[in-house]
Amino acid sequence: MTLRTEPITINLGPQHPSTHGVFRLRVTFDGEIVVDAEPVLGYLHRGSEKLAESRTFVQVVTLTDRMDYTSSMTNNQAYVLTVEKLAGIEVPERAQYIRVISAELSRISSHLMATGFLLNDLGAFATPLMYCFRERERILDLFEMLCGARITLSFMRPGGIFQDTPEDFWPALTDFISNFPKYLDELETLITGNEVVLARTNDVGVISPSDAINASLSGPMLRATGVEWDLRKADPYEIYDRLEFDVPIGSKGDTFDRYFVRVQEMRESLKIIAQCIRDIPIGPIKTETPFFVRPAAGDAYAAVEGPKGELGFYLVSDGGIAPYRCKVRAPSFINLTLLKEMLVGWKMGDLITIFGSIDIVLGEVDR
Amino acid sequence: MCNEFAGGLIHFCNIYSIFDSFLPENLDWMAFMMAAISLAFAAINVVVMATALYILFERRVLARFQARLGPNRWGPFGIFQPIADLIKIITKEDTTTDIADKIVHNLAPIIFLSATLAVIAVIPLGNNSFLGKLNVGVLYIVAITSVNVVAIIMAGWADGNKYSMLGAMRGVAMLISYEIPMGLAIVGVILMSGTMSLSGIVEAQELPFLLVQPLGFLIFLIASIAEMSRAPFDQIEAESELGAGYHTEYSGMKFGIFQLAEFMAPLITGIVVTTLFLGGFRGWAWLPGELWFLIKVFSVVFVLLWIRATWPRIRFDQIMAFSWKALLALAFLNIIILVVEIEIFQDNLGSISLNSLILMGAINWVVTIVSIVFMANALGQSKLKRPKAQPSSLANMYAESE
Repeated sequence: MTLRTEPITINLGPQHPSTHGVFRLRVTFDGEIVVDAEPVLGYLHRGSEKLAESRTFVQVVTLTDRMDYTSSMTNNQAYVLTVEKLAGIEVPERAQYIRVISAELSRISSHLMATGFLLNDLGAFATPLMYCFRERERILDLFEMLCGARITLSFMRPGGIFQDTPEDFWPALTDFISNFPKYLDELETLITGNEVVLARTNDVGVISPSDAINASLSGPMLRATGVEWDLRKADPYEIYDRLEFDVPIGSKGDTFDRYFVRVQEMRESLKIIAQCIRDIPIGPIKTETPFFVRPAAGDAYAAVEGPKGELGFYLVSDGGIAPYRCKVRAPSFINLTLLKEMLVGWKMGDLITIFGSIDIVLGEVDR
Repeated sequence: MCNEFAGGLIHFCNIYSIFDSFLPENLDWMAFMMAAISLAFAAINVVVMATALYILFERRVLARFQARLGPNRWGPFGIFQPIADLIKIITKEDTTTDIADKIVHNLAPIIFLSATLAVIAVIPLGNNSFLGKLNVGVLYIVAITSVNVVAIIMAGWADGNKYSMLGAMRGVAMLISYEIPMGLAIVGVILMSGTMSLSGIVEAQELPFLLVQPLGFLIFLIASIAEMSRAPFDQIEAESELGAGYHTEYSGMKFGIFQLAEFMAPLITGIVVTTLFLGGFRGWAWLPGELWFLIKVFSVVFVLLWIRATWPRIRFDQIMAFSWKALLALAFLNIIILVVEIEIFQDNLGSISLNSLILMGAINWVVTIVSIVFMANALGQSKLKRPKAQPSSLANMYAESE
């Protein structure tokens, strides 16, 4: 006798413990197995791109903070790089170094959150998450020294940075980068070799390199499939061409690789920061720019390698004090492209971990 | 009627004689009932209060594991926190969804709690207490803990919530699978002690059974973690997947009852493990038996907490595979080895000397380590090897610069 079964549809989100914000996923299950998944977006849409059109070029910096709120520094950086490209502003070297340092700190902080929440999704009851947050707190303290804010930083300006570093920043930073590897080792002994983690993540949610390229994924999602692609090396901006670092890649493109690439990237970021501390010159931190930047009519696109992937801004200027059009290439949003292909055929528990390993921030997806 | 229950700390017979003294001659049965009810009332209150304290203990210890402080505002060390929680949960609105099956919905928490509470009746807390001498004590525990399954499926089904139903379905499948290795692990204990009465089992533990049959202990511990559905086997709730699992739609004190029963489960597990494997109230003479019992229970509970704080959740199918492929086989191995050993070592009267017990323990430890390593290699580790990363040829970011 065969029992009649029928698939059930479940709305995961917008309020759900592991949708990383207000993300809604309409999933059809056959028992425990996912047969269809459809993301429903827009619950955190604030119209940032439209709002940018009614603000001056400098004011838009504060809007970018609120997109990927786990790494405001890289958002700031991507935006000011675009404005500088559009208006042809030179940036002093010291400012570039400080920008790179803060962007790498931002990357570490974002990857810590991604790792912690992935482990939380795996069901490790908040312990790795709390350990990650403890370290992230130190980075936020460093940001607080830099600009007084902890999350929405608005640290960078077209032409440089908001203010020079305080005296006690450098000892604190050195202290942080000398202690952080110990913490990473601790995290890896807890997670990387853990059999339960491996059993849950090995060969789960595999993406092939060609699929990843076709869907224009970027960042750790792309590198986990084995494709070596990092804008910091492929199209160096600021001072990245003077720095030595490796681009870690994964072997299979599964959930574990996406975790492991992030852990390795944190180590590379530490290397970058150490080199910046060694090389940083003394000098001005900002080019004198008028309060209202008025770029000549035209357009520009600049992108940085953010923690989630290629974060790009496309700005069109009509010669006024505000951008005529501002378009954001949000990596979180584009990395969701393959979501359905990754989820179908896996079980409910895997759905949560695969989704967690993409590391999206809804502020950036919906903008 | 009352002769076989002589001695003990708070004793049924003492209470019975008090009631009997002021009741008329022909109302013996009423004295009996009243004594039973008052004793049950006292026991339940003690357990519920102990659970309240345990909740604080769990939250504080878990906080230490997670580099936090935990609740520490109400009273010294936050000792009034459970009371504050209780006040909060009692004053919350009690809601029921429109499509819920009201009777089943309301009955589920009661069944869940009473099944958990009923286990405490047969536990020998001291030398002579309660129904410790019930001659089918172990069977009673196995039977009464299975009732939880009914309560869970009732709660999950009656809500009309898909998350609840998924959680309940998972839970029932898992609980039933893990009852089998748990029962088989207990068989080892019964073989060694020759009795099903819990006091008899405690008496038989010249050497705690943990040292004599570690494999049985590990299987029982793992299976009981699954039975109470805590991490890494918390499929029923699976917070990050199902929200709250089978009690998603419960609120107010109904939810509170579920929470109470759920937090009582580790205590009960600690108590059962202590009785079956750690020698119960036996200890050295410089502390009373009840205190030894408490110390042992809290060490077991601490280990359970440690496991909960460390491990990620195992996927549903992996949990089932673990039960049927690994634990069941190991449980059978444990029984076979114990039977052979008992046959060899026991003397004419059927008892085993202390030296033989130590020898048995040594053999069993070796068997345990070898079999677990073998099982881990056969089932998992070899499949989890990862290849070295090779750069894909599809895109090369170094090409332009060279």
